[in-house]
Amino acid sequence: MRAMVYRGPYKVRVEEKEIPRIEHPNDAIVRVSLAAICGSDLHLYHGMIPDTRVGTTFGHEFVGVVHEVGPSVENVKPGDRVMVPFNVYCGSCYFCSRGLYSNCHNVNPNATAIGGIYGYSHTCGGYDGGQSEFVRVPFADVGPAPIPDWMDEEDAVLLTDALATGYFGAQLGDITEGDTVVVFGAGPVGLFAAKSSWLMGAGRVIVIDHLEYRLEKARTFAHAETYNYADYQDIVVHLKKITDYFGADVAIDAVGAEADGNFLQHVTGTKLKLQGGSPVALNWAIDSVRKDGTVAVVGAYGPVFSAVKFGDAVNKGLTLRMNQCPVKRQWPRLFEHIRNGYLKPSDIVTHRIPLEDIAEGYHIFSAKLDNCIKPLILPTAS
Amino acid sequence: MPYTARRPQRFSREELESRIPGWGADLDPADRPAVPRERTDLQTGAHWEFPERQPEEWPRERSVEHQFLTPVFGTTVPAKGVSGAVRKYAYRFSEGRAAHWLILVAADRVDAWGSHLRSFATLRPDNPVTETGVLSEPARRGFRSRFDGKRPDVKHQWLDPVIVAGPWLGVAAAGIAAVRALAARRSGT
Repeated sequence: MRAMVYRGPYKVRVEEKEIPRIEHPNDAIVRVSLAAICGSDLHLYHGMIPDTRVGTTFGHEFVGVVHEVGPSVENVKPGDRVMVPFNVYCGSCYFCSRGLYSNCHNVNPNATAIGGIYGYSHTCGGYDGGQSEFVRVPFADVGPAPIPDWMDEEDAVLLTDALATGYFGAQLGDITEGDTVVVFGAGPVGLFAAKSSWLMGAGRVIVIDHLEYRLEKARTFAHAETYNYADYQDIVVHLKKITDYFGADVAIDAVGAEADGNFLQHVTGTKLKLQGGSPVALNWAIDSVRKDGTVAVVGAYGPVFSAVKFGDAVNKGLTLRMNQCPVKRQWPRLFEHIRNGYLKPSDIVTHRIPLEDIAEGYHIFSAKLDNCIKPLILPTAS
Repeated sequence: MPYTARRPQRFSREELESRIPGWGADLDPADRPAVPRERTDLQTGAHWEFPERQPEEWPRERSVEHQFLTPVFGTTVPAKGVSGAVRKYAYRFSEGRAAHWLILVAADRVDAWGSHLRSFATLRPDNPVTETGVLSEPARRGFRSRFDGKRPDVKHQWLDPVIVAGPWLGVAAAGIAAVRALAARRSGT
């Protein structure tokens, strides 16, 4: 089969690989029909996440058709059109049995601090991802779900991570009616977090980024008030000013490991990899939220420590909430919102790239060329 | 105004409902999918108490914070060569130790360079032109975007040579200083 393969920082190519095989009785092999490049794939691509091995196939956002199933699989069969959440999880451990699917304890031998994720390094279990023609899906009775007949495949692929994670970020914010929400990052997750904040009753939604075309999308797609932090000497002071010196009630960090905006943090976190990433956005969130406010983190960070302004969080009495999204738990409600027309996930798709052109796809997304917001990968077009 | 008990409020409920599709559809915090955080009534589809174990076909590295190898695991890219030895060494340290993660990051660099060198002995050597995707630039105003100040990947690019070459130059300088100190001691000056 043809598959994207990581060759080292900033280098990927398409190679011929063995079609994955059933390795556990509850495995399925899925033929991928549509995949996506996620903003967090860029952290892998840039060499930010420990134990990312040359030869790995990335891709934790994908949908496809079941090709083969193991002997104990009961809930899906060959030919089923399925969407697969980015979490690999068993459904039966202490954490899964409490709905914390992203914290599964039975799928990632490499770490206890994180669950399993498709195509996201050995730190997340060493599974290959879906930027390929076929992918191994462990616990096929637990993770995949049929794509409803009425649902567009491009909407479905965005439900496997970006939309679910953005929506989850707004939930972590515990938004109450009339709250002012500030979202850091106008990438796909930030856009969906902003959009979801309204569903939860926000009174004002502010989005911060440094790329004008993404801020334009935040205005038109997510009805948000936007500010380019590059236009202000101190974005935190600006946020205080525009909120009557109150601060936001809720701040959502949808940036994660590669935040720009502070030279020292950028060098130590992003260039030298001595931190779990550059926590600029997280520190801005801590500083710009009001006392007793809530900071929700859905941006991806590496496992190494980060220089986070924890003292400010303590002294302001903040609630910090964070996790990888337990995706499948969000789906029934998100299906309703899509059917009701409140959400149209595929509106953020800007590029559709054949698998054979994956190197160009990563470069366009990484360099933010061509006003790229969300690129999809078409395995069958190769 | 935080200086009085009044809270700032910009728009009325009616204004928001008329402007934002679906505003307030999930207004009740108790009715959101992730609330409460822990729920034991969700059907996951699992029909086992503890999953059957996947065969371990080679010694699979694992965190020392795990009691045993998890029943299911990824089998892509087993640790091999020098980078593999470094990775296995890193797994002696717990996840709580910076050494664990920083050694793994170092192993990633060794792996990238080793794989790059190995590729020259194959029929498909690494190609920095096609694999970095720079061929996408001409058709997407890549040249002009490098100078308009809005492209995120060029802002700190001047630092890369310093960061890549800096440690090597530092080691070389230390080596030269050590050799000169040794020579000076031998000559008795």
